[in-house]
Amino acid sequence: MKRIYVNEDWCLGCHLCEYYCTFANSGLESMAYALKGKPLSPRIQVEEEGEIHFAVSCRHCDNPVCVKSCITGALSVEDNVIHCDTNKCVGCYTCIMACPYGCIMPATSGVIQKCELCTNNAHQKPLCVQGCPNEAIVFEER
Amino acid sequence: MNYVIIGNSAAAIGCVEALRSSDPAGIITLISSEPHHTYSRPLISYLLQGKTDEERMKYRPDDFYQTNHVCAKLGCTVTKIDAKNQKVMTDSGETIAYSKLLIATGSRPFVPPMEGLETVKKQFHFMTLDDAKALEKALGPDQKVLIVGAGLIGLKCAEGILHRVQSVHVVDLADRILPSILDAEAAPRVQKHLEEAGVSFTLGASVKKFKANEAHLTNGEKVPFDIVVLAVGVRPNVELAKEAGCAVGRGIVVDENSKTTVANIYAAGDCTETVNAATGKTQVMALLPNAYLQGEAAGRAMTGGRDGFSTAIPENAIGFFGLHLITAGNYEGEADLVEDTETCYKKLFVKDGRLVGYMLIGDVHRAGIYTDLIRKKTPLASLDYDMLRKEPQLLAFSRTARDAMLAKSH
Repeated sequence: MKRIYVNEDWCLGCHLCEYYCTFANSGLESMAYALKGKPLSPRIQVEEEGEIHFAVSCRHCDNPVCVKSCITGALSVEDNVIHCDTNKCVGCYTCIMACPYGCIMPATSGVIQKCELCTNNAHQKPLCVQGCPNEAIVFEER
Repeated sequence: MNYVIIGNSAAAIGCVEALRSSDPAGIITLISSEPHHTYSRPLISYLLQGKTDEERMKYRPDDFYQTNHVCAKLGCTVTKIDAKNQKVMTDSGETIAYSKLLIATGSRPFVPPMEGLETVKKQFHFMTLDDAKALEKALGPDQKVLIVGAGLIGLKCAEGILHRVQSVHVVDLADRILPSILDAEAAPRVQKHLEEAGVSFTLGASVKKFKANEAHLTNGEKVPFDIVVLAVGVRPNVELAKEAGCAVGRGIVVDENSKTTVANIYAAGDCTETVNAATGKTQVMALLPNAYLQGEAAGRAMTGGRDGFSTAIPENAIGFFGLHLITAGNYEGEADLVEDTETCYKKLFVKDGRLVGYMLIGDVHRAGIYTDLIRKKTPLASLDYDMLRKEPQLLAFSRTARDAMLAKSH
């Protein structure tokens, strides 16, 4: 199955992936309207120090401890993508406690948000990958 | 194969899902005393709070039993296990044979003796959907509620009902709230937040007797009430297992494959006792994620799998009136108070060069990175602890470890 993988050596630390992610999940058609004057709320996050930069987003694990820990049944696996039913989620953050990669975050709505490989929005393919200028994140089979 | 599951919550569902991933054909019969479709027990406080409803509380979709070809006998109670002949008997007079049996009977409220309790008309527990619905009927703006127990159940109940009653007062014998997950330094922070929201407390005291609509406490205080919620603690439901010959300590004794000491009988969830991977000691860990993972391990073992579940640790993610806390592991070893500010409290516990526990209040982001270090017993010498203690982050790991996490499939 295709997943997002990180080529750490190629990451420039430009944070464009975070902008594209916020836009992709905003539901808006214009990137300018989606981002202007609003706080970034990406589901991918760049970690960096000195010369090291890399982006982290949901690994869509084969053995997803977040799904198995979810107390509500809001998290599930659909076609190999870990999906959150935000209508069921109550924002208890058990999944934040469980994810070994720190890839699930609180959403401004009070529940949680996570990368769903853009299957949950209009873009259908990860927009962060499409927007990465240096192929530091790729969407492929490994 | 004839699989029989007693129970219908996280451990039972984990078992069904594991069974079906490797045995599409075996017959699964699931028997539960509660008449409801599988639902999330911890959500009952959110139900009373108005943050969810019965439909959204369903732990799995409506077609779960159908899709997984499970014969669900809901509202049916198993009265006896005949281990010798591999059969269970139910209260409707049915006898059901099993090749493999899972006991996932959960726990029930523990009520210490309190004088005059039998005279309290409006008294409730707070564990099941039916408990919550019964309590809901009694709520009203003129009602004063006394909650006995300042643990997770009692305090979530307080949050759920506060806006629907005149007052909520909580009494606990312990000297602090949430004594099982917070230490004496952290607990007052959360208590203050609850008090600001409107909940009041008497700690270090218990109810000596109930007289009319007044609770007389051991410290001499008298607390008026209309409704009493009993949330002192829970006890594992072990009776069926015990009668069937399974070894029972505080909970049903199981190994990492959730096998009991009796052939072809497995047990999982709140009714069992498990090894705490952070301490190596055996205890009852009545927590939903562990219940699911134990149930799943049972399902795998029933179909011949051997990769059990051996990383159970105490872990809690919980919030009260917008304040989130996550705790995990145990609090032995050296305490490292990393942050103690207005908005965030963070304490890590390190023993023998490994992270063994943590408490986060306020800022809980990426806490799972810490949880995983506890579960995996990762030596802290293999990463940059100074960096990690400030923020849970993958930067603190070696490049090789990071590549394994981010550049490989898993």
